[in-house]
Amino acid sequence: MNGADRPIGRAMARPDARRLTQGRGLFASDIALPRMVHAAFLRSPYAHAEIGAIDLAPAREMPGVVGVFDAAALEGRCAPWVGVLTHLKGLKSAPQYPLARGRVRFQGEPVAMVVAASRAEAEDAAERILVEYEPLAPVVDPLAALAPGAAAIHPELGDNLAFARTIEAGGGAAAVDAAAERVALEFDFARHTGVTLEPRALVADWNEGEQRLTVHLGTQVPHMFQTVLATLLGLAERQIRVIGPDVGGSFGIKIHVYPDEMAAVAASRILRRPVRFVADRLESFTGDIHARGHRVSARIGVAEDGRIEGFAVDDLTGVGPYSAYPRTSAVEANQVINLVGGPYDFAHYAARARVVFQTKAMMSQYRAVGHPIATAVTEALVDEAARRRGIDPVEMRRRNLIADDAYPCASPAGMKFEALSHHACLDELVRLMDYDALRAEQAGLRARGVWRGIGIASFIEITNPGAAFYGVGGARIAAQDGATARLDAAGDVVLHAGATEQGQGTTTILAQVTAAAMGVDPARVLVKLGDTDATPYGGGTWASRGAGVGGEAAFRAASALRENVLALAASILQAAPEALDIRDGVIVDAAGGAERMSLAELARIAHFRPDTLPQGVEPALVASRHYVPREYPFAFTNGVQAAVVEVDAETGFVRLLKHFVVEDCGTIINPLLVDEQIRGGVVQGLGAALFEECRYDSEGQMLNATMADYLVPMAAEMPDIVIGHVCTPTRESHIGAKGVGEAGTAAAAAAVLNAVNDALAPRGARITALPITPARVLEALGIG
Amino acid sequence: MTAISLIVNGERVEAEVPARLHLADFLRERLGLTGTHLGCEHGVCGACTVRLDGAIVRGCLVLAVQAEGCVVETIEGVSDSGELADLQEAFWRRNALQCGYCTPGMMLAAADFLAHAPDPTDRAAIRAHLSGNYCRCTGYEAIVDAVEATARARRAA
Repeated sequence: MNGADRPIGRAMARPDARRLTQGRGLFASDIALPRMVHAAFLRSPYAHAEIGAIDLAPAREMPGVVGVFDAAALEGRCAPWVGVLTHLKGLKSAPQYPLARGRVRFQGEPVAMVVAASRAEAEDAAERILVEYEPLAPVVDPLAALAPGAAAIHPELGDNLAFARTIEAGGGAAAVDAAAERVALEFDFARHTGVTLEPRALVADWNEGEQRLTVHLGTQVPHMFQTVLATLLGLAERQIRVIGPDVGGSFGIKIHVYPDEMAAVAASRILRRPVRFVADRLESFTGDIHARGHRVSARIGVAEDGRIEGFAVDDLTGVGPYSAYPRTSAVEANQVINLVGGPYDFAHYAARARVVFQTKAMMSQYRAVGHPIATAVTEALVDEAARRRGIDPVEMRRRNLIADDAYPCASPAGMKFEALSHHACLDELVRLMDYDALRAEQAGLRARGVWRGIGIASFIEITNPGAAFYGVGGARIAAQDGATARLDAAGDVVLHAGATEQGQGTTTILAQVTAAAMGVDPARVLVKLGDTDATPYGGGTWASRGAGVGGEAAFRAASALRENVLALAASILQAAPEALDIRDGVIVDAAGGAERMSLAELARIAHFRPDTLPQGVEPALVASRHYVPREYPFAFTNGVQAAVVEVDAETGFVRLLKHFVVEDCGTIINPLLVDEQIRGGVVQGLGAALFEECRYDSEGQMLNATMADYLVPMAAEMPDIVIGHVCTPTRESHIGAKGVGEAGTAAAAAAVLNAVNDALAPRGARITALPITPARVLEALGIG
Repeated sequence: MTAISLIVNGERVEAEVPARLHLADFLRERLGLTGTHLGCEHGVCGACTVRLDGAIVRGCLVLAVQAEGCVVETIEGVSDSGELADLQEAFWRRNALQCGYCTPGMMLAAADFLAHAPDPTDRAAIRAHLSGNYCRCTGYEAIVDAVEATARARRAA
């Protein structure tokens, strides 16, 4: 089944991607329906204010306007939502509405909506709406938000602490601090955001005659939105169809419920016509989910021989004024303290996470949730401890990484590992990058005043989540994925699945596993995704689950279809089903491989001449299966990254020279797609390392909400990325695939941080804040 | 409203447009040429790159009225003419696109580079030229590979 000539393991290009090279995709922002109108929003200019009188009348007089709404005008049209889950014990939040009621709590919060014949006319009219604001003191700094006497952003909640959790394992902090060598560092991680190139976009189409709502939505999770819309609009799920067309980037941004989107959907129902809303770039920067934004105090204790005794970590994060719905805003901090120290064998752990309300844009899940923070903290501590003990970073990791034969095992934080390969990955990385040669080169260059740095970062990555992530907390967010495989009238296979595509290659992966299970070439498999009217219920795309969960569901559905086909063939051929096989689309004798009948011939008989079948034979040329991992809450993957950088000690600029990744995602279904997932993920992590930051002033105003001011990685600054693999399939599924979409992002920034500090160490300088801007480098060097 | 007349992908187009309508919105909303994408509408991301009288421009920074009398080529036009067939094939084979939203603009910028660069196989020069086109998915390396491969194939041909 595996290998370059078989469907699983083949580096095939994506059949569905050719149209995208011709501009022939269909994105939500492309969709135009008859009688469609456009929504634009008036947004709060204040981070925190009481709303006084709102005068909508001037907007109603403007050309092209068909509807003007504030919170009162949407009363009863969309229920408020509260982003809490029961397994995140103590998490609290307040009801959030599509349009602000009474108070605004972040700059950019939607206050009023205009629907007009064109977007330009809707914007013209929105400017005419008059809103009286009584500014309130902004609550920007998370520590200040927790101070005794700080004003509660939601007075009914009592204070601004949304969620707190502690972990204590082994001897806890006391044991960490009793170690022979103790390193304590303070970290500051900037907020950043997804910057999907296609902004959030939808066309909502309420059909009054059908009493049905169709939403074309740029989303990762069509079924989740079907359920959310049913819940908030008071409709049955069967009254709602969510179509996920091509999606111009998602990265976790497009799994959340946004107030402006809910307002546009409500408007469609009120106006009984299609409403399009496409966020502009300013709305994206201030309205999309932000992420990261952590302050972490952390310590590591190591023995004299460099053996890690334990970690202590205290994470503080501000998440905006509401916990996001329905996945909450507590997950990232929760992940940070679950994952710190993850690759290593240690006994003692103490952790605290605090999640705080503030009057800034909302924060929630974004690619590699929590991992980049946990990895940077862990790896910086490990490197600093190694430096103090005089141990090479690679040797330090060899002494401390969990042994490759130690599995299954669990971390002090309670994470369960089925089988990881830290040492094999590290060995492969050392070989791939020629570590010793790079160190020798570094030493030679340093003598000439060139400041090269080499940084290593081991990591673990949560993939293939089961219901432990959300379902156990009461969320109607499916961890399972469904797939339906069908033999068409020509003997080809059609697969419908709950997994979704945003360019990762899910469609191709599903075709490959379906082909492998059925015994046909992937070119004979048509995959259809992203339509709740047509596809089996499934979780969609998040937490690196598409291949491992969605792929396994497809494999099982296609395997079941194969059994049905062989049973039918056996009755036609008067053979035993187990004596037959399907190879290259032909039914053959399992022993010897003699051709008996093509799938096309079987399909012809079943569809058009069932009268010729023996009495009692009922062809079942369709089969469905649902899959969710149950043995482990998550299928952890692992890997190691290395960055090679050069620091200009006069300007503070950091140049990325080369980046290396060795990763273990289990079975590799398509090497081409896996490697490009890793590269794309790495570059998002490199953006966090050097560039990305949502900058706010003390009034809670975002200062750099344009693409000219918020820096993202562009082609010229990015290095080539060398990738290697170790393969440890999960035994929980037939295909053995784990996730890979977030692995690159998990450790890229940590590797760069360690590389920069490796370059600066001889100067006695150290950086523990991301992004590593030139100003921070110069400050660390005592210049400027 | 202003009357304009221009050639879009080889076809004469006559239209009445408001002065503030930018070229990308005109192409997308009036002509249904949705292969030209909008990412920032302030000239930074490159998703709306089109050709105006043979030169690549940001469709969001050119007003439709400025295209009066001009020849405009979009991704749909250069796809149908076959002009970019080798580059499109190289992008596809190398998986130099994921979501595909930046791809039309990236492709037109790369085609411009291939046509004019002194050494179109120079990876640093490819990266520099494409630095006005934002891609969040790929990390750029596959795109650089595809452009370099196309340059080498054209040179060998």
